[in-house]
Amino acid sequence: MDISPVFFFLFAGLAIACSLMVILKKNPVSSAFALVLVFFSFAAIYAMLDAHLIAALQILVYAGAIMVLFIFVIMLLNADAPSFDMGRSHVGMRIAAGVAAVALFGVFAYAFKNTAMIPPVGEFTADKVAAAGGNTRVISELMFSEYILPFELTSVLLLGGIVGAVAIAKRKLVNTQQGVHHAR
Amino acid sequence: MHVEPWLIQTFCAAIFCIGFAGVLIRRNILVILMSVELMLNAVNLTFVTYSKQLGHMGGQMAVFFIITVAAAESAVGLGLLIAMFRTLRNVDTDQIQLLRE
Repeated sequence: MDISPVFFFLFAGLAIACSLMVILKKNPVSSAFALVLVFFSFAAIYAMLDAHLIAALQILVYAGAIMVLFIFVIMLLNADAPSFDMGRSHVGMRIAAGVAAVALFGVFAYAFKNTAMIPPVGEFTADKVAAAGGNTRVISELMFSEYILPFELTSVLLLGGIVGAVAIAKRKLVNTQQGVHHAR
Repeated sequence: MHVEPWLIQTFCAAIFCIGFAGVLIRRNILVILMSVELMLNAVNLTFVTYSKQLGHMGGQMAVFFIITVAAAESAVGLGLLIAMFRTLRNVDTDQIQLLRE
């Protein structure tokens, strides 16, 4: 793929270093900020792969909305004061998890390396996308024609997510003689 | 200037495996949710790579829907986390042992 190797390896290295920080840092706030850097590196790689709409959505939704939600919950619960894990020893479990992850990575790397190069099946080569008005326009037209049913189902999913989050997170309302008051 | 597609896909596999290890070794639910987000992102980048390689926009549409599902998932997951914190005063998965007693 004709993308700049310098920038690819720069952002890939940054993403791998920061995602290691996400899982190894004791403090959840440090993990959250490392995760923001991972999301930004991913957005850069999306932009290099000509997926401009996905790159913008990555920054808006992941680095914006989802990370704000995470940091809000960390601050709300005051969960950053003492660290819970890493101090206690489940050393066997940790070694087994590391071995499993490395083995899984070996399988993936072998599979991706040895897969034969598949010839392009679709009609959206880089030139044709540029001629049709760019990545965002092509995706928008597809979204409201070929993929209209999944798009509408997405709105139902989001409605279900909103109702579920409110129903789970709110405090229980208890009916008493005097009326409704909030119970802990 | 050229980067082989399998190199990008192997990079995605590395991020996926880091997230996988994070889910297994951490006991703080917040960090476990963050590791799940890492795994979702790795799969998204694999989709985009294949979309570019095959000249087909289906991969990028899938990424669009995965981002929506991830947003809904983190909203519900953090709601569950708040409910757990209110019951147990803790966000440690080792403290979920009501059935053991």
